[in-house]
Amino acid sequence: MWVAQVLINALVLGCLYACIAIGFSLVWGVLNVINLIHGSFIVLGAYLAWGLYQSLSISPWYVLVIAAPLFFILGYLLQRLLLNRVITAPVLVTLTLTFGLDLILNNAMIYFFKADYRKLTLSPPMGSISLFDVVVPVDRLIATASALALTGVLYLVLRRLRVGRAIVAVRLDRDAAILMGVDVKSIYAIAFGLGAALAGCAGVLMALIFPISPLTSSTYLGKAFVVCVLGGLGSVSGALAGGLLLALVEGVGSTFFGPSHATTLSFALLIVFLVVRPQGLLGRKGFE
Amino acid sequence: MRGVNPALLVLIGCVAALPLFGGAYALRLGTIACMYAVLALSWNVVGGFAGYPSFATAAFFGFGAYATGVLLNKGLPLMPSILATLVASFLLAGLFGAVLLRLRGHYFAIASLSLVEVLRELVNNATNLTGGGMGLNIPLASGSGILADATFFFYAMWGLLLAAALMVIVVSMSKLGFGLACIRQNETASNMVGLNSTLYKSIAFGLSACFVSAAGGLYAAWVHYIDPSDVFDILYSVKPIVMALMGGLGSPLGVVCGAFLYLGLEEVVWRNYIQIHSGVLGALIVMLLLFLPRGLISIRSSMFWQKAKHV
Repeated sequence: MWVAQVLINALVLGCLYACIAIGFSLVWGVLNVINLIHGSFIVLGAYLAWGLYQSLSISPWYVLVIAAPLFFILGYLLQRLLLNRVITAPVLVTLTLTFGLDLILNNAMIYFFKADYRKLTLSPPMGSISLFDVVVPVDRLIATASALALTGVLYLVLRRLRVGRAIVAVRLDRDAAILMGVDVKSIYAIAFGLGAALAGCAGVLMALIFPISPLTSSTYLGKAFVVCVLGGLGSVSGALAGGLLLALVEGVGSTFFGPSHATTLSFALLIVFLVVRPQGLLGRKGFE
Repeated sequence: MRGVNPALLVLIGCVAALPLFGGAYALRLGTIACMYAVLALSWNVVGGFAGYPSFATAAFFGFGAYATGVLLNKGLPLMPSILATLVASFLLAGLFGAVLLRLRGHYFAIASLSLVEVLRELVNNATNLTGGGMGLNIPLASGSGILADATFFFYAMWGLLLAAALMVIVVSMSKLGFGLACIRQNETASNMVGLNSTLYKSIAFGLSACFVSAAGGLYAAWVHYIDPSDVFDILYSVKPIVMALMGGLGSPLGVVCGAFLYLGLEEVVWRNYIQIHSGVLGALIVMLLLFLPRGLISIRSSMFWQKAKHV
């Protein structure tokens, strides 16, 4: 029966991984910027959920609605005021700039929230479902469903809305989009804001499952890297495929080799993918 | 560029006089300054000359620290251990480079970042050899008193800096340096005219790794205790980049000046605002990139004495 349990765990975790990576993938795909603040945004979202639950006992499901606009504004302003100035600079400059911003945000979080690990515990606890021998905690299941819903919302925004079509147009061909009258700078800011909002919401969901600390931001960032490269860049379906594959590899890897080797395995897989199939599982060749 | 390389050697020569003036604290700072300069100069070979945004410095720093640490624990003397580390990391980096340097831009950056993670996890899990998360104790090298020890390690690190600077100067004047500049400007075109770019990049990657590893080894012997999260710290990858950006990308003299200036700033911040030092570092990076993207070397007197050109 352990096969079924490993598969179910991978499915649950994979959707969460996809949710972590999807904003990162959007920013990378559209802006061509590797956004190193992404991990810290996730942790900030987790703190928001934790703080609101502790102080006002607002359930994390409602915090999602508060977090999304807050993080959107934060990301939008960051892109408008800082990143848009260097957006055309070489890779090194944008990468180092987001690293500097990440240092500031992470240090601020350590300063204000301390580096202690905290946990958001729902009271009363929601228990778990067991079907045959497979056990799944209910809060984890709801978090997974929310992650899938967020992914679906992004997909619809990119497919149906005018602004979503503009984002896709900028990703496919920036110069042609300018010629069609798209305001590229504001599209960049909106895409970055969307990425930040998704990171914040992912953080709220993570707060339910994983311990919260500023020190975990690099773990989330690492997961986002791996998922993006495995699945392929800038597409919603790619992020889902990458998340599921990563969760599966980690699950099977830690079953056979022990949990301490799961990270090594996932990064080794990342390097293999980069060398053999840099466009990812579902990526198309031709545009980076 | 003429006159810059002699200036670099003169600057390094001046640093050697430090023990005449300072005590143990100045020697410690001087040792770290030399170490930073080695890291920045080495990064400059692959990041500045060839234009590849490498984040692998921490990987080779940690590799060197652990390789030397393990060899010292096996009873080998310091100098042979450092030499063995240097050669091993050159070969290892050349091998990695041949695979990873086929990637460009963001993909290469991420691959080199994950190299740090992979090596750290491997060291973390090889508990028998490296002590894993408990860290590795390293026997005292000489044990002849604090000041003598400090002077010894200062001169060892200084010697390494001199070697790295000579390597960079030789590379920049040789066919290899010319080839790397071609690769930076247009890799496809340089392939077309018959440059073996994979070989060139691999050699550059190896050269940029071996002095970093030797510096890591000296660091390990100097501090007597290393653990994976310390020597595989991603900041060791980022600091050289900041120093190089601060001083001016591609210019060895600028990079070394950037390293010294960076250390000065870091020390001031550490001493006064320890709780927010990484935030201040972040703010520094952001300001630098927004206001002075070409580094200190780009400052000309004309920037301060601007005349009205169009009236």
